[in-house]
Amino acid sequence: MKYLQLVWSALFRRKTRTVFTLLSVVAAFLLFGLLDSVRSAFAGAAGAVAGVDRLVTVSKISFTLSLPKSLLPLIHDLPGVAKVTYANWFGGIYQDPKNFFPNEAVADNYFDLYPEWQLSDAQRKAFHDTRTGAVVGESLAKQFNWKIGDKIPLQATIFPQKSGANDWTFDLVGLFRVADPKQKAQESALFFNWDYFDEARAFGNGNVGWYIVRVTDRNQAQQVADAIDALSANSDHETKTQTEQAFNAAFVSQYGDIGLIVGAIMGAVFFTLILLTGNTMAQAVRERIPELAVLKTIGFSNQSVLGLVLAESLLLIVLGGAIGLVLAGVVVDAVRVAVGEAVPMSRVGASAWLRGAGLMVLIGLIVGALPARRGMRLRIVDALAGR
Amino acid sequence: MSALVEIRNLSKTYERGKQKVEVLHHVQLDIEQGDFMALMGPSGSGKTTLLNLIGGLDSPTDGSITIGGRRIDNLSEGALARWRSANVGFVFQFYNLLPMLSARKNVELPLLLTKLSAAQRKRNASIALQLVGLDGRQAHKPGELSGGQQQRVAIARAIVSDPTLLVCDEPTGDLDRQSAEEVLTLLQQLNREHGKTIIMVTHDPKAAGFARHTLHLDKGSLVEDSAQSPPVAVPA
Repeated sequence: MKYLQLVWSALFRRKTRTVFTLLSVVAAFLLFGLLDSVRSAFAGAAGAVAGVDRLVTVSKISFTLSLPKSLLPLIHDLPGVAKVTYANWFGGIYQDPKNFFPNEAVADNYFDLYPEWQLSDAQRKAFHDTRTGAVVGESLAKQFNWKIGDKIPLQATIFPQKSGANDWTFDLVGLFRVADPKQKAQESALFFNWDYFDEARAFGNGNVGWYIVRVTDRNQAQQVADAIDALSANSDHETKTQTEQAFNAAFVSQYGDIGLIVGAIMGAVFFTLILLTGNTMAQAVRERIPELAVLKTIGFSNQSVLGLVLAESLLLIVLGGAIGLVLAGVVVDAVRVAVGEAVPMSRVGASAWLRGAGLMVLIGLIVGALPARRGMRLRIVDALAGR
Repeated sequence: MSALVEIRNLSKTYERGKQKVEVLHHVQLDIEQGDFMALMGPSGSGKTTLLNLIGGLDSPTDGSITIGGRRIDNLSEGALARWRSANVGFVFQFYNLLPMLSARKNVELPLLLTKLSAAQRKRNASIALQLVGLDGRQAHKPGELSGGQQQRVAIARAIVSDPTLLVCDEPTGDLDRQSAEEVLTLLQQLNREHGKTIIMVTHDPKAAGFARHTLHLDKGSLVEDSAQSPPVAVPA
């Protein structure tokens, strides 16, 4: 600890340069925290279903493949199944492709499985009674200034109508609200009647995108999932029953190998960081050669000088890295509140900090190695003479 | 009076490319404890090289250096570093203070290598600064001090661990006359009142006049030894 002030003052000898370098370290570890959060969420999503009360059953091959609706009564009759419903991704566009929001065709009892979504009985009845009826979250309605009674046109990207038209128009009959502020992002969705969708679409009739099952006992969730998947074993529509978290992760994964993408980005970021901070450290030590020579003159050993320069490099990276990870934690929490489970992100917890700390030490040592070696090997007489 | 520094047949040769340059040639020298010796000579005569060898900053090509009864010419780098920290204080022409540390923190630097507590280090550094007349400048950084004051901080750093020997390389070379006289008077005081053995390289005959005697080097050999006053008796 007695050397801390020496290391600290050496680090901030050129404040502006150090602050900018520190900011680049902060940015790198902020990005690491965010990407690691996404990677962890995807890695963890494939975990066991035990302990959850809502399961999602999709095609084992790909969640984009549909399943026969004939599975519905079979799933319903399985022991441990309290309720079952189904849905299908529609992927319609409202006015402009950048107005993206999830829109799905859902069964009449869909909202029974989502008691956390508040929809009045009258609006639920209207949804039931109106063939072209649609229900949207309050946030989405607010975004587009929709009111009950409005007609909402969506342009199909996957499912044309039997007439060949891509235009689907829905009557807004209900607005649902999510009470939990952390789950408000779920209000950014539109649901419409399955029957209308299935009758009018040009292909895929009689198939559903996925089933959602509520179990009677969450401790029996794994057994129920196994039983559901056993229904289709060795058929041409084998299923995979998983948690909603895993389902959301699989949905996002369709855009690419998340682990690979995240790994590639982090690799590029840290490679750049090593070059940048390595250059800064080398420059900082080069400027201080006479000062290091003075330390050696008064009795600091080669190893002490090596340690001081390495400590300086570690301090720079650890300081910036810690700030970056703290910020990443704040941002991840904010994103989780804003978009809910739509983008799977794990909290920046102990394991992320552990991985981050390992990276900080590794990068700090790599960045400091060459300058420290130079400091260690400098000859006092030459350094004092400016050679 | 015993010899603190005993130099026998000391030679130093540098290799500059393919050329070998002999800077010191079979130097024989004894420096008594409590002496204040000025080392003069033209540029390239080997003064600084001799000073660096005595201070343990460089190793001779040939010959031996014994200081306080211990041969230092055959010590390893680590052992030499430890020896320097305990036995020698250095004063340079350009002060060589660490610009980001306060005067007191600069003076404390050699004490970081000791087992003294933070409070003891602080106290000892304050005493050293009082001794050089900079008690009121402890919190100032080098950039906030004049050249003479910076050199006095460097002297405080050199004496804070109470070394036997002070080696000074052109300590007044960068100072105006008044500051130079103050620094030289301070060195004289450290020699006379505190018994420090001082070896000072200088180009300036007036500066050399503050020493007890002067050695002249030319082309790597000692050519003259002029005594001004006898060394002080070292306090027991």
